[in-house]
Amino acid sequence: MSDKKADAVEEPNTGQQKVEAEAVERRTSKSELLKYYEDMLLIRRFEEKAGQLYGMGLIAGFCHLYIGQEAVVVGMQGAIEEGDQVITGYRDHGHMLACGMDPKGVMAELTGRKDGYSKGKGGSMHMFSRDKQFFGGHGIVGAQVPIGAGLAFANRYKENDRVSLTYFGDGAANQGQVYEAFNMAELWALPVVFIIENNQYAMGTSVKRASSEVHLHKRGASFAIPGEEVDGMDVLAVRDAGRRAVYDARRGEGPTILEMKTYRYRGHSMSDPAKYRTREEVQGVREKSDPIEHAKRMLLAADWASEDELKELDKSVKAVCQEAAQFSQDSPEPDPEELYTDVLAEA
Amino acid sequence: MSSEIKFGRAINQALRECMAADDAVIVIGEDIAGAGGSFGVTRGLLNEFGEHRVRDTPISEAAIVGAAVGAAMCGLRPVVEIMFMDFVTLAMDALVNQAAKMRFMFGGRASAPLVLRTPHGGGLSAGPQHSQCLEAWFAHVPGLKTVCPSTPADAYHLMKAAVADPDPVIFIENKSLYGASGPAPQAENAVAIGEAKTLRAGTDLTILAYGAVCRDALKAAEMLASEGVSAEVIDLRSLQPWDKDAVLASVARTHRLVVVHEAVRDFGPAAEICAHVAEFGFFDLDAPPERVAAPFMPPPFAPDLERVFRPNAEAIIEAARRSVS
Ligand SMILES: Cc1ncc(C[n+]2csc(CCOP(=O)(O)OP(=O)(O)O)c2C)c(N)n1
Ligand SMILES: [Mg+2]
Repeated sequence: MSDKKADAVEEPNTGQQKVEAEAVERRTSKSELLKYYEDMLLIRRFEEKAGQLYGMGLIAGFCHLYIGQEAVVVGMQGAIEEGDQVITGYRDHGHMLACGMDPKGVMAELTGRKDGYSKGKGGSMHMFSRDKQFFGGHGIVGAQVPIGAGLAFANRYKENDRVSLTYFGDGAANQGQVYEAFNMAELWALPVVFIIENNQYAMGTSVKRASSEVHLHKRGASFAIPGEEVDGMDVLAVRDAGRRAVYDARRGEGPTILEMKTYRYRGHSMSDPAKYRTREEVQGVREKSDPIEHAKRMLLAADWASEDELKELDKSVKAVCQEAAQFSQDSPEPDPEELYTDVLAEA
Repeated sequence: MSSEIKFGRAINQALRECMAADDAVIVIGEDIAGAGGSFGVTRGLLNEFGEHRVRDTPISEAAIVGAAVGAAMCGLRPVVEIMFMDFVTLAMDALVNQAAKMRFMFGGRASAPLVLRTPHGGGLSAGPQHSQCLEAWFAHVPGLKTVCPSTPADAYHLMKAAVADPDPVIFIENKSLYGASGPAPQAENAVAIGEAKTLRAGTDLTILAYGAVCRDALKAAEMLASEGVSAEVIDLRSLQPWDKDAVLASVARTHRLVVVHEAVRDFGPAAEICAHVAEFGFFDLDAPPERVAAPFMPPPFAPDLERVFRPNAEAIIEAARRSVS
């Protein structure tokens, strides 16, 4: 049957086999790369901690970890300016941390406590921070895409030069509303960048089993939206592609689609038996293409950090996550009365 | 055949039998084939019937249900799974403006006999976009049938009835029932859509429920019995059409009514039921009908808040006490 396509993943081509000092120095600076490294590491350690708390029964419900995809959001943050906006789906912890939201408030939402960003009402999938320009945190696959175009619409209307980064998955790329949003965004030249995080799976369904056109960056072709495939495991490649797209969007050239080739190491959520792929496949990507290892090798090659210094950094990042974990357990359960608030504006 | 079966397995068994009996029956949805569905209901069907008839789809609810409407118009019997009832919003046009209207707007010449299975309800800390009970929407649409069984045997029989039905049927499965066991279905006890069932006979008041809260209603009736209150418990099983005769007959005997559902209270199914009883059973009532439902709020994530949100046996007992006092 025609819909039976081979199920093997395409490996992200990071080209990180050889890291040379000169090449690194051409692409980035010490402070920038160190910052990216730390930001990615924070996401990784935070997610590991969340996974632990989940295993201990301290986090209930759904919990979708971002481990493996850190370079995407960190590289894109490196491409935007203060005041630009971010919106994504339910795999959102990494985006929130990259936006500068407080790990304590995020973790406390995961544990459903009073001091969580949504006071325990939203959980892992639903947090928001106007202060950090993070617009959620959405559980309906694909629904954030037109909303992201709407953020851009408001920016255009207000002529405030802001750009919205609208993230969604390879699975979400098959939702109809994504294409309605694409059309409007290009038609009105909205300042939005559509970022497809192609981690090759939507729950248990691989891209090949769900998409007639697997090169998702081409999905804008019939709307005249340019698209680019990006190595989503290389934080600098992400940053560069992001800068081009953001530049165009800000200048009134309309949207770009960036297809980030990436990979999630963990299950879809914490309850995923992951029978749809082999351990070897996961291990292979981890060993060959890990975004954090890649950044580390660049740092070492350029002699911008020593192994010891990076170990120290890891310690301090772990301490931040440990503090968040502690906070998320110390914060009180929400007051039952809280159930009845926030449905509509209070009179 | 073992004498006990789990709720999800009972639906699985019904689907298997329907597929074996009729090539026109197909099963489609997201991650339903290889993975067997998020709650395991379609497990094993792929192996038995092949991907020709058990089909994983892209994440495209509007087109999945729209295509099911088209296929149903051509004689197939699609059984669609929408992974969580909350996602049915994306397929509402296909259901409300298309499936539900086919027979009427084409003067009886067309129909769309599909079944849409979808889980509703909370208890999993799945949060505001994955826990809703939206059945009132469907029950409000002429041209759709809506069922919501509470036991494995009823789920089995109602699934068979839904697949055989000449019109579109929304088949609602409460998530908290999937793990529950009950007596295995007996072929001779077929259930028709629109038939309620008395779960417990009583004389002092009628507790009417459907879906998972039937268990809370039975628990409440048990406790009330120890207080000397004899509660009749009726499982509605179908919301559209619903068994008005059975409800009115019970109220005519008990003179008191408590309607329970997990859906939010305002404009919920209980509102229609109470209105109907007030209109047509007014002089049988000795007390105002009571409603026990979730408050008019989105479902919260935090386990502690969700516990407060969801109706339970205690809330039913309180309502019953008010009613008989
Ligand atoms: C409208 C809708 N349909 C289905 C789901 C269930 N669901 C949640 S995540 C998911 C897979 C999405 O995959 P993808 O877009 O690739 O994102 P990833 O999980 O890989 O980050 C599905 C089917 C949902 N939440 N919303
Ligand atoms: Mg994916």
